[in-house]
Amino acid sequence: MSDGRKVLLLHGGLLAGLFALHFVLPAYHHGNLARIMVLASYAVGYNVLFGYTGLLSLGHALFFAAGMYGMALPLHHLGLPAGWALLTGLGAGAGLAALLALLALRTTGVAFLIVTLMFAQAGHLTILYFGEVTRGDEGFVIDAAQRVLWGIDLSAPDARYLAALALFAASLLACLALVRAPFGKTLIAVRENEERVRMLGYDTHLHKWGAMVISGALSAAAGAAYGLLFGYAGATFGSVQYSILPLLWVLLGGAGTVIGPFIGTLFMFYLIDLSSDLTTAYMLVAGVALIALTLFAPQGLAGEVRRRLWRWLP
Amino acid sequence: MEIGPYFLLATLEGAVTAAVLALTAVGLSLVFGVMRVVNIAHGEFFMLGAVIAWWVAQAVGGHPALGFAAALVIAPLIVGGLAAAADMTILKRLDYDPERTIVATIGLLYVIQQVTLMTYGPEARPVEAPFGTRLAIPWIEHAEGGWRLYWPWGLSTTSYKLAVMAAAAAVLLGVWALMARTRIGLVMRATQMDRGMALAFGIPVERVYALVFGLGAGLAALAAVLIVPIRQAHYLMGADPLLLSFIVVIIGGLGSLPGTVVAAVLIGLSDGIISVFFSPTLAKIIATLLVALVLVFRPQGLFGTRAA
Repeated sequence: MSDGRKVLLLHGGLLAGLFALHFVLPAYHHGNLARIMVLASYAVGYNVLFGYTGLLSLGHALFFAAGMYGMALPLHHLGLPAGWALLTGLGAGAGLAALLALLALRTTGVAFLIVTLMFAQAGHLTILYFGEVTRGDEGFVIDAAQRVLWGIDLSAPDARYLAALALFAASLLACLALVRAPFGKTLIAVRENEERVRMLGYDTHLHKWGAMVISGALSAAAGAAYGLLFGYAGATFGSVQYSILPLLWVLLGGAGTVIGPFIGTLFMFYLIDLSSDLTTAYMLVAGVALIALTLFAPQGLAGEVRRRLWRWLP
Repeated sequence: MEIGPYFLLATLEGAVTAAVLALTAVGLSLVFGVMRVVNIAHGEFFMLGAVIAWWVAQAVGGHPALGFAAALVIAPLIVGGLAAAADMTILKRLDYDPERTIVATIGLLYVIQQVTLMTYGPEARPVEAPFGTRLAIPWIEHAEGGWRLYWPWGLSTTSYKLAVMAAAAAVLLGVWALMARTRIGLVMRATQMDRGMALAFGIPVERVYALVFGLGAGLAALAAVLIVPIRQAHYLMGADPLLLSFIVVIIGGLGSLPGTVVAAVLIGLSDGIISVFFSPTLAKIIATLLVALVLVFRPQGLFGTRAA
């Protein structure tokens, strides 16, 4: 079997499996998996920048929150239909990413990381500052009546699961197409040795800018979908924690693998879910996982699989 | 109150913030300067200092000054020891790779914060100040028949707040003397300039790194012990010092100690004054954006000479 076919079989199999689970899962895990698929789409977006381009951002919560509020604010305050609101959310995140990339990409390494962190922090504080419109930390609930897309009521569990699956499938396939296209291959080359890629005549700055816009747009799409599917928008989604979580998911699942973000999100979601039954200090798990991963498995789960078993894993 | 006395009061409060901030930020700057490590867990070492100060003050009992004096010695030592241990077990094994150490210190942040939540709990607890005489401050006003001195209501400070400023200044002088006048300071500066060359000359670079990481964390803990009689100890109190120290270190120039102190005074004072007259959230938005733009357009900081 050719490698290309194996790749299609693995990722197609994952999506088919998730579709099959829709019919068999009990209600609690059914709801969880819908949430995991939306968050995994966010992680896929983060992975485009971190895993494939090698740029560590600590400010992706900004794009996630931009998508969420870009969708929720016009929907809630202006009564924009859900379909258009999703587009304004996507546009807000992608536009913000395009703008910030111009500034942030003037720096590299540690400075890039701090610049993205500071911009996200400023964004989070801005959400809090305009508390009258955004309802700050408390957030606001989106009416079930407004969560209707093309006549489908997204507040119903079945429709919600399938919508989440559709979003995840779109993100996964977009990422797969990206890394198999020349543009994506150039991004990987930039990650490995930017100087050499530049010497070969590629415009590395333009490529990194493109990666950040794609990454921001995917994150914003996940944010907008999260707000619409679960009917809530709050400032917490713009906090530092939501910048660190996708990093954790991607590191755990395997940075620079298409399937890794989903695996990482799935594992970490259930790990935190189980430990929050035991203690209120559930973020302890995240802290220990971050340290252990950087120390012992910097490749992540899918990265280890690629290293030991399946060399063809994209 | 008129605007003048109000402004003086804001400046005094800002000076206390600046004093504590200078200590915390110098700790962060030292670690970055010598080790090239961005320590995201720095705010948690600060928090740990305050929490340990509460434990010690509880355990010692008796006159508040006794417990406080004990905390002043014990808290920085414990926190410094913990940090040095973290350096030797985690950071050393990552070869001080910039990005991986940042991810590891984010992990460390959550571990310290959440373990504190599990043991110390979510309450905010005060530590009693060793002394705190209220000192009223006079103001001059122009009344009929010439200038006269009067004591506006509410314009006061405490002897403890003045002592905090003096203590911070003394410790900063001590750090400067350590770096500039002692053998261990010489070794640290040599390591900062060229790690490989220092190693070649037989300097135990790994031990120097552990010491510097411990010293940086110890300074944060010391700052927290000084502030805890004014602000209570709480497991989430590390976030603001971390953000402000970052701002200070970046504005002051990464790794430059004099720049850090100047920036701490500047940021501390303006934070106090801006927060009194404007919304604190707006002040923070402006400060974070300023930091981002300084890094983008002037990576050596406003006072520094070397790029990050």
